[in-house]
Amino acid sequence: MSGRESTEPSLEGWREAYAATPKRTGELHTTISGLESEPLATPETVEVDYDSDLGYPGQFPYTRGVYPSMYRGRLWTMRQFAGFGTAEETNERFRYLLEHGQTGLSTAFDMPTLMGYDSDHPRSLGEVGREGVAIDSLNDMQTLFAGIPLGEVSTSMTINSPAAMMLAFYACVGERQGVARDKLRGTIQTDILKEYIAQKEFIFPPEPSMRLVTDMVEWCAKEMPLWHPISISGYHIREAGSTAAQELAFTLANGFTYIEWALERGLDIDDFAPRLSFFFNAHLDFFEEIGKYRAARRIWARELRDRYGARDPKSLLMRFHTQTAGVSLTAQQPEVNIVRTTIEALAAVLGGTQSLHTNSYDEALALPTEDAVRIALRTQQVIAHETGVVNQIDPLGGSYYVEYMTNEMERQAYAYFEQIDALGGVVEAIKQNFFQREIADAAFRYQTEVEQQQRVIVGVNRYQLEDDATPTILKIDPSLEGKQIARVTELKARRDNAAVAAALAELKVGAMSDANLMPLIVEAARADVTLGEMCDTLREVWGIWRETPTF
Amino acid sequence: MIRVVIAKPGLDGHDRGAKIIARALRDAGMEVIYTGLHQTPDQIVETALQEDADAVGISILSGAHMTLVPRILDGLKAQGLEDVLVVVGGTIPEDDAAELRELGVAAVFTPGAHTSEIVEFLREKCAPVA
Repeated sequence: MSGRESTEPSLEGWREAYAATPKRTGELHTTISGLESEPLATPETVEVDYDSDLGYPGQFPYTRGVYPSMYRGRLWTMRQFAGFGTAEETNERFRYLLEHGQTGLSTAFDMPTLMGYDSDHPRSLGEVGREGVAIDSLNDMQTLFAGIPLGEVSTSMTINSPAAMMLAFYACVGERQGVARDKLRGTIQTDILKEYIAQKEFIFPPEPSMRLVTDMVEWCAKEMPLWHPISISGYHIREAGSTAAQELAFTLANGFTYIEWALERGLDIDDFAPRLSFFFNAHLDFFEEIGKYRAARRIWARELRDRYGARDPKSLLMRFHTQTAGVSLTAQQPEVNIVRTTIEALAAVLGGTQSLHTNSYDEALALPTEDAVRIALRTQQVIAHETGVVNQIDPLGGSYYVEYMTNEMERQAYAYFEQIDALGGVVEAIKQNFFQREIADAAFRYQTEVEQQQRVIVGVNRYQLEDDATPTILKIDPSLEGKQIARVTELKARRDNAAVAAALAELKVGAMSDANLMPLIVEAARADVTLGEMCDTLREVWGIWRETPTF
Repeated sequence: MIRVVIAKPGLDGHDRGAKIIARALRDAGMEVIYTGLHQTPDQIVETALQEDADAVGISILSGAHMTLVPRILDGLKAQGLEDVLVVVGGTIPEDDAAELRELGVAAVFTPGAHTSEIVEFLREKCAPVA
């Protein structure tokens, strides 16, 4: 063998050498989503046309980022999701987070609020303030934001079925603080489609729910132009057990569905598309996640331009919030979760996120303590200020593997779009349990792989500790439920109940017509009508949704 | 055949765990009745009665377990179903788990539990008396 031959690059030679080498066995080599790929990506693995597939940051197709300067211009918003007990406790946590350098607020509501029940409803028993903050009325919302000038913060509210009521409460708090609606900045989740698909916090059947969402989109376009009326969310789809590609595909398909309803309403695409935002999961399989974010931007830009005829470049930008994967956290050796969260957060940053929530290490056990939340926030601050990754835009762009993964995510997403179309669209596919089945299958496959030790989870199925001590966890004071019930009972006694009845009667008439319900909901909020009362009125007109249980 | 009701009480819609357990128990040869979401304690007791259940598996991640689980236990007792084995799964802090076991819950399975462990437990506890 001559010296020249041995230094000649040879893909074939590598393939043979690779094949001849013994491999580790036992653990799967596929991604966490089950995706197979070659052990090495080369120029032959992936075909990229630089200009049309990647382009430049802030330019079509936005694969490399939505802004020209990305984190050299401005860091992502560090936004920790918080909420528990009554509005007073959460207000305190909000102020704590702002004092520690958080740059936006994010509100978690309790289950009764999310399901449209007042705290004094029998179905709310035991659930008030447990998983988030209880908000029954404008009164509570005012307490929640006491001392926080709404003109100066951006607020995110994670609520879906009763999003319209919560938006009305927020607008009214602004009004009382003297901040005009068109100065309010923030996001409300409102993504009802993923509720039917994954998170299951639905109240009404899909069609009236979609009408209410479209009312909000239309109203915000006119009244709250800085507000994001929907955050189209893959997060919960992933948490329910989907693969990365399912998260991507189902989320985008939901996004297209909101667009189609708004266009049907007669809105111009460029009047609302710039205010649509997204919310993705950051799971542990690093490159798969980065490919997912990059593919998401490219698909959204292409479809908005080519399918929906958007002309305003802002309509083409997929801006997204990311949260690290709650489902990847372990109750065993919980400190190790700090490491998991760090890796996930890094994937989100390298994927070009606009805002980020890092989970706290104790969240497989309970809602996080203040100390745990601070470490989670510090994790973001270390990534932002100490690692240097913010100095380079899309630093993994051009990596053969990352480009391959981006293309693969995109390919799988389009395959799902075809399947969904064939079923008659997202709403029909929901009714046929399509998404629910796909997700349950993926979740079961993953669980089986873990139980067969084909996937190792540190501290759970390998490297266990005999004496695995539980850290101190946050306890929700059970007396808060009684306190909140007293607040709402007292409100119901002291307000002008004739005005309440009148506002509800108008809302009922509105719900039976095709009028935009937002002005009626704002009026009801001003009259101290509670969230549960408004939802009950709509339940009477629209009925409730029940899914067919399958497993 | 062991008959198991898998139940989701309260308002919480997180059903990933419930569905995985339901499927694993079915694959292990048990008869599984999944209630679906948003069940009240009374509805769960009624299902256990109607379905002649050997066991009820309660999946809960909302933090409302200390309110809802005792009500289910009381309801089962009131119907004369104290022989029905009750197991709970979810994010249950250890102190609460201990209290639930004291109240009559046979086992509490928390994040990281294997489905095979749950299958074995039910097989052992629900075995027909020889």
